[in-house]
Amino acid sequence: MLTLIKHKNDTHVSLPEGSNPLFMDPDPDPDAARLFFKTKSRALVSKVTTVKAAVSELVQNGDYIAVGGFGTNRIPTAVLHEMVRQKKTGLGFAGHTSTHDFQILVAGKCLSRVDAAYIVGLEARGLSPSARRAVEKGTLIMTEWTNATLAWRIKAAAMGLSFLPSRSLFGTDTFTYSAAKTVECPFTGKGYTALPALFPDVAVIHVHECDIYGNARVKGVTVADQDLAKAAKRVIMTTEAIIPNAAIRKNPENTFIPYWCVDAVIHVPFGSYPGNMPGLYFSDEPYLKTWLDKEKDETEFQVFFTRQILETENFMEYLALNGGMKTLSDLEDLELLAGKEGG
Amino acid sequence: MSSYNAMELMICIAARNLQDGATVVVGTGAPCAAAMLAQKRHAPNLCILFEAGGVAPRLPTMPVSVGDSRTVSNALMASSMSDIMETCQRGMVDFAFLGGAQIDMYGNLNSTLLGTDYTKPDIRLPGSGGAGDLASLCWKTMVMMPQDTRRFTPRLDFLTTPGYLTGGRSREISGLPKGTGPHRVITNMAVMGFDNTSRRMTVLSVNPGYSRHTVQSHCGFELLWADTVDQTEPPGVEELKLLRSAIDPGGYVIGRAG
Repeated sequence: MLTLIKHKNDTHVSLPEGSNPLFMDPDPDPDAARLFFKTKSRALVSKVTTVKAAVSELVQNGDYIAVGGFGTNRIPTAVLHEMVRQKKTGLGFAGHTSTHDFQILVAGKCLSRVDAAYIVGLEARGLSPSARRAVEKGTLIMTEWTNATLAWRIKAAAMGLSFLPSRSLFGTDTFTYSAAKTVECPFTGKGYTALPALFPDVAVIHVHECDIYGNARVKGVTVADQDLAKAAKRVIMTTEAIIPNAAIRKNPENTFIPYWCVDAVIHVPFGSYPGNMPGLYFSDEPYLKTWLDKEKDETEFQVFFTRQILETENFMEYLALNGGMKTLSDLEDLELLAGKEGG
Repeated sequence: MSSYNAMELMICIAARNLQDGATVVVGTGAPCAAAMLAQKRHAPNLCILFEAGGVAPRLPTMPVSVGDSRTVSNALMASSMSDIMETCQRGMVDFAFLGGAQIDMYGNLNSTLLGTDYTKPDIRLPGSGGAGDLASLCWKTMVMMPQDTRRFTPRLDFLTTPGYLTGGRSREISGLPKGTGPHRVITNMAVMGFDNTSRRMTVLSVNPGYSRHTVQSHCGFELLWADTVDQTEPPGVEELKLLRSAIDPGGYVIGRAG
């Protein structure tokens, strides 16, 4: 049996049920999910479009968004920028090691509610003053999770289930401020935390290569993207390269995401910039540092953010603004160097 | 004796605790430096894991993100978040290596917020990330933190990452896997373990240049002391050479210590 634990100092209470909201638009009902997926197109047709059209047609205000990759690694930057440009608002957000992606959407005032596992930081680079301000002012509705429990919530949805059990979260305030519950194993009597399935309205994923139908391949760590593509109602995929369908058919074992998950395919070379793209280019660390420095002053940051995103017409203009091919070619060198030094 | 700074000391001590053939999940920064030092010094087959999916890389330089491409440089596998966490949950991972903003006497950690109001914290920190999972699911949690009375506090503002909760058997009773928990806390001043019964933080050795009095006066709760408290062995010439020349030549981690 699960026991109510109370600290001597009375603040830390581990209840068998978290007290924060479950953002219900990612509806955990598996039959509701099946009814949705019953209607999702299985047609093997070209999904090639533009970033502008994909964001305009597939992202509605108030949708729940999940971003693929890992904060500054293999992120779909162009789509994030376009959400800001199109002033998408009231979005829900799955924050599993969300770093630069969260930075962009918070600064663009796109978000209203956040499942937070890792937010407001950029790992070894430090904390984001702008993202911190937004959270500390209480402008976002938050529910706490951990990286594993968010990944497993997405996995539960990918499996077509309404929850998965886990052994994480016990004893913590993270649990108290989550929307998790607890269950008892019918076989062993062990207690598990119960993690509600997360079916995002939209997943945005950047990949190394895919065909025009959305059959996709990636290199490097896969984070939660395979489950995310299955769990999401709509998937916007940006890709470094579009490859022939014949290449996919020649090595089907390499297909990471199948076409039926994908609703839009957009060719965006260097699409993870300023993030890292495994095997292709490293993250632009000086640029990420500049962004963090600018954020220290709210007014100065607004000027910077406006120039970078609102005043650029598209991702190509943004790349050109930040050094274009010179910068990108240096980042390619840096990535290849990093791969070779290991011996 | 070579001169060294507090960060170098902590990394060297931490590295000595990682045995060859063990599995360890690390974050960026000091924990990663410690794992790299162990791998280069005495544990060539220490298997380093990263929560975003990196398995057993031979790290060329320190990653800036636990998901960047360096975490799979010459690796055995590029996997997923679920896979790494499930490997931990299955009991295959020996060590988790963490830090935090606050720690209490039972080794519970806070990396979520400072303040008293969850909806309007004084300072919002990143949150659990993978820390809460790793400290729940790996066998032994290692913590590296500079020691002062703000960080070593009698009461966390938020319990992000479970240590021994309220002590005694409370961790196991809570539902967390049996036989897991904090193993070592390595600070600039001392090395601590945890009492087998009360599960309270217990000083095992005091770092060179610090007294028992200083160690206690820089801690916001009462520390227990092992029957025999030795002086921590300072970093050796070979350890420092590896750390400075092969692991962090840019001084990104070891250059930070004040």
